[in-house]
Amino acid sequence: MKFKESAMRWVFAASACMCIIAVALICIFLFANGLPFFQKVNVFSFLSGTKWAPDVNDTGNGVYGILPMIVGSLYVTAGALLIGAPIGILGGVYLARFCPKRLLKVLLPLVSLMAGIPSVVYGFFGITNLVPIVREIFGGNGFSILTACILLGVMILPTILQLTYSAVLAVPESYFEGSLALGATEERSVFRAVLPAAKSGILAAVVLGIGRAIGETMAVVMVAGNQARMPKGLLKGIRTLTSNIVTEMGYAADLHREALIATGVVLFVFILLINLLFSVLKRREVK
Amino acid sequence: MKQTVSVSKPLHGLPRLRNGARAYLKRWKRHPFSALMRLLSTLCMAVTLLMLMSIIWDILSKGIPNLKPSLFSLTYTTENQSLLPALINTFAITLLSLLVAVPLGVGGAVYLSEYAHRESVLVKSVRITAVTLAGIPSILYGLFGMMFFVITLKMGLSLLSGALTLSLMVLPLILRTTEEALLSVPDGYREGSYGLGAGKLRTVWRIVLPPASPGILAGIVLAIGRIVGETAALLFTAGTVAQLPQGLLSSGRTLSVHMYVLSGEGLHIGEAYATAAVLLVFVTLMNGLSGLISRKIVKE
Repeated sequence: MKFKESAMRWVFAASACMCIIAVALICIFLFANGLPFFQKVNVFSFLSGTKWAPDVNDTGNGVYGILPMIVGSLYVTAGALLIGAPIGILGGVYLARFCPKRLLKVLLPLVSLMAGIPSVVYGFFGITNLVPIVREIFGGNGFSILTACILLGVMILPTILQLTYSAVLAVPESYFEGSLALGATEERSVFRAVLPAAKSGILAAVVLGIGRAIGETMAVVMVAGNQARMPKGLLKGIRTLTSNIVTEMGYAADLHREALIATGVVLFVFILLINLLFSVLKRREVK
Repeated sequence: MKQTVSVSKPLHGLPRLRNGARAYLKRWKRHPFSALMRLLSTLCMAVTLLMLMSIIWDILSKGIPNLKPSLFSLTYTTENQSLLPALINTFAITLLSLLVAVPLGVGGAVYLSEYAHRESVLVKSVRITAVTLAGIPSILYGLFGMMFFVITLKMGLSLLSGALTLSLMVLPLILRTTEEALLSVPDGYREGSYGLGAGKLRTVWRIVLPPASPGILAGIVLAIGRIVGETAALLFTAGTVAQLPQGLLSSGRTLSVHMYVLSGEGLHIGEAYATAAVLLVFVTLMNGLSGLISRKIVKE
């Protein structure tokens, strides 16, 4: 009996450690497979090179510069944020403060459904609806930075909305009541007293949205056009870090393949930094 | 100044006013900032809803008429674009990933909430790594799975590699939901069990886990939704073969991957719509089920 108890304790402890092992494995494998690339290609020229011409025919003269993809990821993420953050934050405030209780019971599941729609379905919707709309209104062929921004903005909306909702709910009711007692209107109380108190929670929501947007792959691949060049305008196509991996991994070999894994390493570093920022903000919220 | 607003708790929605909507209009006229912010936030919610509805409407209205019996034939050909093999692959991968992720996630959560000290180094590092895992984008899981399961462990492009990759992906989700469920079980249950002379293991197994099981189930259902919707992590681990699997070590595409390949070709829009509709309905069902289960817990 005693043995069984302690054996199970160890089994439980071991399964708890799986998370640590998984993160360690992912780090080790990404870095071990990605870093050797930098012995052959200068890190600096990899990060700042504007030309991406992989050596597909094995002639030994591929050029690997991922600045276009880094810039592309940043453009698309910024655009998505411009669309998703204001709508998400205001929508979250509406849900937390202005929404009638009966309506809330319908809206909350709908928002979580929106967060659960697979990214391929979003991407497919982008191809069949957004791309023609953008083509019609703004010209170009429709597969563009703008389309990707709109689609990604819609995709990160529910995430930002849900987190803003819970951040606003977490603010003590006395803030709101105090402000009302001083004669402010309800809306002024919400936006001037409650919202500043929920600031770090809302910032965390936005940061999580950034993480989602920068890591999103399928939807972006489907609507962004994927041309590996420096961005030439809102209506021209672009390639992001994630879509660089997905579009070329299928046929890449040798140095080209290592370059793609190194692209993954760069993405991973970005994500780790964003995660760090997120947890710092989250911790501040609790206090 | 005449006080027109009498606020009633709870403060959800419009507080009751003495003379209804009229008073609101009057007040908003005097405070344009308030009126504007109210209008803006309502509008933003409306826009979000409109987006969701237009996506659902577009996919369902064009997808359901395209659901032909040929889409459900056992073998995939370039003519029929059958989604049945992909559907079966999806079930296989979902089952396999859950077989790995559920015991690990539930076991880990049991350790965190029942055995470990709140402030121990292990607990803290599990928390941090779980958050990190949850934040890693699926394409990086795909890369890792390709390098670790496919190449290093020599599993090849197979259902098994794909399922193992996905099980790592949903592990933090199951861990977190299970832990929340366990924490909501009142301490009195545990104390009562110890008082009757039961050991730790028996207490966990017989007393703590049963009342927590709806919460755990809700997390698992949510995980199924994520697995079914995943594409990027599977492209380079489970591959894109569109036929029925020969075994665990044969490659096979899931419904989402099928959907991606179909829409990339751009030839079979009708079939792609039908596949998207199936996918959307499935994920919606999973989401609704999870919500239903967790609401049931709140009631109890």
